[in-house]
Amino acid sequence: MHELPQTLVNGLALGALYGLVAIGYTMVYGIVQLINFAHGEIVMTGAFGALTVHLWLPGLPLAAALPLMLIGGALVSVSVAVAAERFAYRPLRDAPRLAPLITAIGLSIALQQIVWAFYPNAKKPRPFPQFGDSFQLTGSLRIQRDDLFVLIAAPLCMLALGWFTARSRTGRAMQATAQDPGTARLMGIDTDRIIAVAFAIGGAFAGVAAVAQGLRTGTINFEMGFILGLKAFTAAVLGGIGNIYGAMLGGVVLGIAEAAAITYIQNIPGMSQLGGGGWKDVWAFVLLIVVLLVRPQGLLGERVADRA
Amino acid sequence: MTAPLLEVTGLRVAYGKIEAVKGIGFTVEEGRIVTLIGTNGAGKTTTLRTLSGLLAPRGGSIRFAGRPLAGVPAHDVVALGLAHSPEGRHVFPRLTIAENLQLGAFLRRDKDGIAQDIKHVYELFPILGERAGQAAGTLSGGEQQMLAMGRALMSRPRLLMLDEPSMGLSPIMMQKIMETIARLRDGGTTILLVEQNAQAALSLADHGHVMETGRIVLSGTGAELLHNEKVRKAYLGED
Repeated sequence: MHELPQTLVNGLALGALYGLVAIGYTMVYGIVQLINFAHGEIVMTGAFGALTVHLWLPGLPLAAALPLMLIGGALVSVSVAVAAERFAYRPLRDAPRLAPLITAIGLSIALQQIVWAFYPNAKKPRPFPQFGDSFQLTGSLRIQRDDLFVLIAAPLCMLALGWFTARSRTGRAMQATAQDPGTARLMGIDTDRIIAVAFAIGGAFAGVAAVAQGLRTGTINFEMGFILGLKAFTAAVLGGIGNIYGAMLGGVVLGIAEAAAITYIQNIPGMSQLGGGGWKDVWAFVLLIVVLLVRPQGLLGERVADRA
Repeated sequence: MTAPLLEVTGLRVAYGKIEAVKGIGFTVEEGRIVTLIGTNGAGKTTTLRTLSGLLAPRGGSIRFAGRPLAGVPAHDVVALGLAHSPEGRHVFPRLTIAENLQLGAFLRRDKDGIAQDIKHVYELFPILGERAGQAAGTLSGGEQQMLAMGRALMSRPRLLMLDEPSMGLSPIMMQKIMETIARLRDGGTTILLVEQNAQAALSLADHGHVMETGRIVLSGTGAELLHNEKVRKAYLGED
């Protein structure tokens, strides 16, 4: 049992990262019922944005450069997300559901290829700056400074988002648009603007997640958005897609499950070859299947019983 | 005579190739109740949705308070003083009653005025005040109708459009809603009322128009239509 605290901390850091990305899926789905499959690539472009800022500031210590990298990463992610909404999804607003879905997949491939082709030396993974050191918390419990970043950033982002949706005028308009877009317009709400704001918030979270992912792994590449996006989408579904707290909860549950699978499954007699890092993705999706069997609406999802 | 508050001429609206409204014209004078009655599919709701900007007209003109309304997006129409309580009530189900009312005043910035108007709605419909913190989706149909009307009033409209406020309500609840509409008119609100319940609507209205498959086939004062033989046969179930 002595590995438990360490496993929880590792899982929490991974899960917070998934949660940040999952917010992007859940915000957009909640308001336009679109699975934005290009969201993983929005994270990826943010990572390259943050890296670019770091390369502009040679010699600056990472701790000092980090805020600027965050701004750079978020700016790129928000711009890509808002542009995707304006030019790819908005023209298809009244088209059959499959059209924007396929557009999202196309956009995801296009963004990967654009970075591959035009970002300098992006055909191979590029190193991302890391702190590389760790703190001793208690006894055997250590925490990487690179993990600490996401453990601090994710709760702050969630607090801000929770306040924004519940208290601000735009947040209220966002809830109204999610529940009944036509009637929201009758209230005087410019729903096109509200949808753009939802994409922008998802983009901002993607930018933070991009920096967190870069710090954790020390390398970024044009394909990094795929599996990260898939995991985050899983987290969003797990938590109940459309619910922002569900997205973060789903991310944390998924992260801890993965960390636990890595640590513990190899200790179960007869399952030693099913443990370790190689099988963590399998256990993540097993968890998803089990949760959806028991609670199809996800952990915090509401049963969809709208409209009389 | 001053110009009417709302003036619709030759209005045509189509869904793809199907024309739902085929060139109708009517006016609504300030301080009056005007009703459009007719069966399902007559084009009444389509007309209201076009007036509030949710649908684009194919032809004709709409003038509201002296300015053309065609082409103004829905979210700007309410700012001009035209509020729409939609068919089927469409309250925001997961927001509270108070939040629904706040959204009705979305474009207003006068906090004190909004608070005062919310109080006024609670006076009009005391049950809403008692349940202010309750999610709108948990209300009964009649209560949701009250909320939808109250929410539309929160923009302080010059013209209030009500689409089938009596739909699905018990007779007692319906009477209550109709009384409220009369009170609103007496308080100076101009009302355009769409109803399938012709008896109730015509008893209340200053003017009525009967719609059939996209056209106005009969117009007159409420009393005239109420005593019109054709109307009695077709809409009041007499033979």
